[in-house]
Amino acid sequence: MSITIAGMTKRFDRTEVLRGIDLDVADGELVALLGPSGSGKTTLLKIIAGLEWPDAGRLSVAGQDWLQLAARDRRIGFVFQHYALFPHMSVRDNIAFGLTVRPRADRPAKAQIAARADELMAFLQIDHLADRFPAQLSGGQRQRVALGRALAIKPRVLLLDEPFGALDAAIRRDLRRWLRGVHEATGSTTIFVTHDQEEAFELADRVVVMGQGRIEQIGHADQIHDHPATPFVARFMGATVELPVVLASGRAAAPGLDLTALPRRALPDGTARLFARPADIRAMPDPAGVWHVTSLASTGAELRLTATRADGAEAEAQMPRRGAPALTKGAPIALRVEAAAIFPDARRDTATPVLPLPKEIAR
Amino acid sequence: MSAPDMIAPGSAATGHGRPARTMGARALIGLAVILTLLIVVAPLVYIFARAFSEGWQVYASNILDPAMLHAIWLTSLVAVIVVPLNIAFGIAAAWAVAKHRFPGRGVLVTMIEIPFSISPIIAGICYLLLYGRQGLLGPWLGEVDLQVMFALPGIVLVTMFVTAPFVAREVLPLMQAQGTAQEEAAVTLGASGWQVFRRVTLPNIRFALLYGAVLCTARAVGEFGGVSVVSGNIRGQTNTLPLHVELLFNDLNAVGAFAAASTLTVIALVALILKAVLEGRRG
Repeated sequence: MSITIAGMTKRFDRTEVLRGIDLDVADGELVALLGPSGSGKTTLLKIIAGLEWPDAGRLSVAGQDWLQLAARDRRIGFVFQHYALFPHMSVRDNIAFGLTVRPRADRPAKAQIAARADELMAFLQIDHLADRFPAQLSGGQRQRVALGRALAIKPRVLLLDEPFGALDAAIRRDLRRWLRGVHEATGSTTIFVTHDQEEAFELADRVVVMGQGRIEQIGHADQIHDHPATPFVARFMGATVELPVVLASGRAAAPGLDLTALPRRALPDGTARLFARPADIRAMPDPAGVWHVTSLASTGAELRLTATRADGAEAEAQMPRRGAPALTKGAPIALRVEAAAIFPDARRDTATPVLPLPKEIAR
Repeated sequence: MSAPDMIAPGSAATGHGRPARTMGARALIGLAVILTLLIVVAPLVYIFARAFSEGWQVYASNILDPAMLHAIWLTSLVAVIVVPLNIAFGIAAAWAVAKHRFPGRGVLVTMIEIPFSISPIIAGICYLLLYGRQGLLGPWLGEVDLQVMFALPGIVLVTMFVTAPFVAREVLPLMQAQGTAQEEAAVTLGASGWQVFRRVTLPNIRFALLYGAVLCTARAVGEFGGVSVVSGNIRGQTNTLPLHVELLFNDLNAVGAFAAASTLTVIALVALILKAVLEGRRG
């Protein structure tokens, strides 16, 4: 089922949670909504599910207006962040729930319901857990039961809210691969919400980066990584070094920075901001350098360094420890930027609010 | 009776056994035991001792006295009417407050608790002023020939008011702690409002609900102050068990009074045991 969202807005009290969302999802596509907490991604998912209602905008699925449809009539599969399994029902009953609450007229016979539950449990490799209760399951097992419960009603759209958020790293990677397999086997249009870039990029066909209630960028991993569309995306993708530069004829320049590795860009002359990842910055000892090393730390494999300039600007660099030049605290250095995104300073009236760097992406 | 260990945790695990208690600790524990004996155990034993002081037969004849039987019947009837109504009210109120957001929600939470802070006698007097023959609604009630005061409806009304918070108070915190995710999950799976309540919400609160119902029953059976204002104490007609205890006492029939009290005590003890059992299973 294809999904079309247009001009969607939503506010809770005075907080704007969604500020005009336009998004098309193709039939059978697997899309990730990626963003820091508070970006509106879960609200968007809940609106698609019918658990929240937008203030304005359209939502249609396969040509049908879903805003005229109650949640229970949309036939979606929703997997909750903390699974929301029914604690007083066995795994089998949890999975069969959606079939047993159908109106009598189109409720399958008991035997059919049991067969469908068995089939799903076998497919999800949890058939040995059929008679257990949620409290007796591990996180990964609960996650599978939640997915089984959602799939039992043959959903038209599958929605997952932070599906791996509550699991530890090893299980997360396993389940990610496995969910991709489930998606390919069922072919259902799937949208999942995550704040984890790796998860989004590894799993999804397309990633929708959200920030402050807006869609900042839609694309594939490489596009978003190499060509962030906005300063927000650049920061979110780990470009934590932010420096003022001056553009002239498409080339950026700044004191003490070697920017010759950057390609020329079709950007207007004037002041701009450069966003770079610490790993894309090289530090070299330079007796005439305007940067000074203020801290130096080693993780064994990598050397992390912060440097400041006389005007207060600060930069971080990260490089393999082996083969790194001899650097000492307080020494003057020069910095070379290998890759970066540059955004011209917007005029005041069109400026997007400058966001503080969200903590969770500072990885 | 096990006393709380007042020595730092871990000291018992050192292998030297429990360290000797200090004099202060002994004195406090002794005081607690003596107070419990005086305030709780002694009256309880005394009720039964007095009730049986003139033998089984006198006890039995007191219990089988028509006025006593009527009081037991009336008290049970009131409980049977009030408890289900309060269960329904309690669930409805807790459900509304815990699972929904609406204007006036805070006011409703406060309203639920009002009976806790108002003396039952005041409630009784309010009902008397409202529904009594000289009351605000008296003329109208007289016209439709409905007697509220000094009759069963009045007793039920007051008892309902006094016991109103019990179920809601037990169920509400649990519902709030459980949030709405399970209900939302049920809705996305196609469940109707009733199905969500019946198959998801209700099973999750069943022990808290029973616990609240037990407390509510105990309170409904034992209510004295409010009921004494509205019932009129008509022997064999509007006399509930607690009122009957007082009546017999004033009649100088001490054995009868204690016999009546013993039935109330048995009900209270059963409620207490049920409560203890449910407490273990709650949540």
